[in-house]
Amino acid sequence: MAAEAECVLSARGIRRTFPGVRALDNVELQLRAGEIHALMGQNGAGKSTLIKVLTGVHAPDSGSIELEGRPIRPASPLHAQQLGISTVYQEVNLCPNLTVAENIFAGRYPRRPWWRGGGIDWQAVEREARRLLTALQIDIEVTRLLSSYPVAIQQMIAIARATSVAARVLILDEPTSSLDADEVRQLFAVLDRLRRQGMAILFVTHFLEQVYAISDRITVLRNGSFVGEYRTSELSREALIAAMIGGAIAPATSASDTRDASDEVRSAPVLQAQGIARKGQLQATDFAVEAGEVVGIAGLLGSGRTELARLLFGLDAADSGAIVIAGQRAALHSPADAIACGLALCPEERKTEGLIADLSVRENIVLALQARAGLVPYLSREKQEAIAERFVAALGIKSASLETPVGQLSGGNQQKVLLARWLATEPRVLILDEPTRGIDIAAKQEIMNEIVALARAGMALVFISAEIEEVVRLADRIVVMRDRRKVGELPGGCGEHAVYEMIARH
Amino acid sequence: MRGETERERSLLMRWSAHQLFWPAVTLAALLAISALVNPSFLRLAWVDGHLQGSLIDVVNRAAPLMLVSMGMTLVIAVRGLDISVGAVLAISAAVAAVLIGGSLDAGTAVQTSRFPMSVAIVGALGVAMLCGLWNGLLVVKTGMQPIVATLILMVAGRGIAQLITDGRIITLYYSPYFYIGNGFLLGLPFAFCCAALVALAVHFALTRTALGLFIRSIGINPVAARVAGVRAPLITVALYVFCAFTAGVAGLIVSSNVKSADGNNAGLFMELDAILAVALGGTPLTGGRFSLAGTLIGALILQTLTSMIYASGVPPEVNMVVKAALVFAVMLLQSPEFRALLRRVAFRREAENA
Repeated sequence: MAAEAECVLSARGIRRTFPGVRALDNVELQLRAGEIHALMGQNGAGKSTLIKVLTGVHAPDSGSIELEGRPIRPASPLHAQQLGISTVYQEVNLCPNLTVAENIFAGRYPRRPWWRGGGIDWQAVEREARRLLTALQIDIEVTRLLSSYPVAIQQMIAIARATSVAARVLILDEPTSSLDADEVRQLFAVLDRLRRQGMAILFVTHFLEQVYAISDRITVLRNGSFVGEYRTSELSREALIAAMIGGAIAPATSASDTRDASDEVRSAPVLQAQGIARKGQLQATDFAVEAGEVVGIAGLLGSGRTELARLLFGLDAADSGAIVIAGQRAALHSPADAIACGLALCPEERKTEGLIADLSVRENIVLALQARAGLVPYLSREKQEAIAERFVAALGIKSASLETPVGQLSGGNQQKVLLARWLATEPRVLILDEPTRGIDIAAKQEIMNEIVALARAGMALVFISAEIEEVVRLADRIVVMRDRRKVGELPGGCGEHAVYEMIARH
Repeated sequence: MRGETERERSLLMRWSAHQLFWPAVTLAALLAISALVNPSFLRLAWVDGHLQGSLIDVVNRAAPLMLVSMGMTLVIAVRGLDISVGAVLAISAAVAAVLIGGSLDAGTAVQTSRFPMSVAIVGALGVAMLCGLWNGLLVVKTGMQPIVATLILMVAGRGIAQLITDGRIITLYYSPYFYIGNGFLLGLPFAFCCAALVALAVHFALTRTALGLFIRSIGINPVAARVAGVRAPLITVALYVFCAFTAGVAGLIVSSNVKSADGNNAGLFMELDAILAVALGGTPLTGGRFSLAGTLIGALILQTLTSMIYASGVPPEVNMVVKAALVFAVMLLQSPEFRALLRRVAFRREAENA
């Protein structure tokens, strides 16, 4: 890198306080033209708040933001966009029922001149949409519905929309959290093209590999404070992690290390599935998990991991096959039936299928326990608080109070609340579908340690993750899936390569 | 001095942030206006062992709407809607009237009933609850949108009521039945006591059982509630049945009050008033958060408005227009966006003056 690139966006001394919490304290951020800048930090470090300040969702209490040397004060996301700051959020917020072209121009359709009858110039919409996508080398049909494309493509369409408004700065808030490796590569190719066009890009992610693969600089936040800005090439992974958590990180405990030799006696499975299948979702699959065991399910996106979990928990009905719980055939018509049999499931989609965002931490934690008990007896307020307090302390949930709506917590803490909800029911089998997705390294580690501890205490655990390295590290036994069926099993600690080989071979 | 006004301001802000603040202010303002126009409006007298006065008239007339709106609140809280309540009210009134029988012996009203009154009441409420079961099953089992599912019974219900009464308006002569809509209990109108009793029962169910928690869970995030093991379909059906039950009770009150059952006009537009009462009470129609007390205030606001319009001598042809205009004004005042707009305009004025 020869000369220092031109600084496009510069934020200095940003402070923002929420009732009871100092979310940002004297934070700075410099984004330069033609650079991809990674914003790193644990959950609750202030990344989201900083983005919301830059995009005008929150006004800073103090501090200044300059865009190309002129002070700006974005008052709303729309205003920020007009200034040249475009954002693509973690969850794609486009309309699935509109076409690709309509999505790109929604709200600012080009109009026909009045002498041609006025109205929206659909031809121009399609032409421009094609031009934009071609420029990003995305080859898709713009007249098809958005919902006909996978999330990864939708994400790129969101980027195309964001860059179509003469943007100088593009902010990407965890764009890769639901993409698989191949899709991430595609996305990075698009980002690289934008970088070469001179765009200043801010990239928020939890995946270290991706930071090193694409970013030029890294800004680290911790507990709402600015830790430092580094060149990616000059910052080692260890140093980055140390900067994020403020100390050295302990190596992960592995389930297979701590497993006692006396446990090796095989017991009858707590949960067993015999050839369960559902049309279009899962081909006939056998599955079993014993008490005190962590069974990992490994496979790529779309391999049937989540579908298997949904069938085991009664969320979807199986077309054929049987589920046996503790030696008895169980007919699971709904999650309520599964819960009555001692099952629990932390679903993959934390926000849409897990949390009740407007309910408090306390209510979210007691919900499953109360649902199993029915309308009466209603747990008294004191009992609810006692249960919630116990799990908040045990899992280290950071929340202003038990009455805080759970939607206001950071991702890792939300995941812990979900875990607490199920632990409160004292399940025999706990199925965790992507429990570590979109949360920071320290919280990930805490949740993984908790999983191992629960298994040692005699619970049967099913651990599903797209990160095969995590599955290998944690599981006593690994079920490998591909193309909506089980392709084999591997013992714990077999190494990532063995899993990849098994996926590739079948 | 300054600290004191600031403290006052923050107290006011805390109050105004409460869900019930604006509905309560609206009701108080309407009552105050009524009292200004008609000084005897707030006067209560003790006559023949019961209270009498315009206020008593308002709560008496508001009772059917209060009942139906409570059912509507709970249905809306789980992202539903029941636009068949007016028709169910008419069906309940028709069933009760047929079971009581409107016979006139030799020109004098004879105190006989075809079936015992308890049978008539249980029968009417039972049929109403069957209607609710139909609505609930349609919504839950077929996945039909609530407004469409209940539209079926809204349209068909009045026909069913007419079938029950053989197409006639049945006039009732059995005087013990009149007690429901015209009698007094402990000095208060019996109809109002019914509404109060149901309100207490619902409040009890919401606070002493997990019902409130489950309803809010389903309303905020039905998918997540199901995953957490909440039996959402069962609860939803039960709420539609309860909603129809409240319409059934309202049907008894209305038919008793006017001493007849008219399949075409009993409870006409009740569904719209009930939805309006829910909205006035601060419950969003999108489900989730809800306020039973707010709904009761909303129903009282509507009845006070109606009474005001009648008392002010507005010609009957235009009173719907006047009511709509007043409702519009009330809804505007309760809209946070509109209040924010007013505040911005006011601040700009202040800044310009300074």
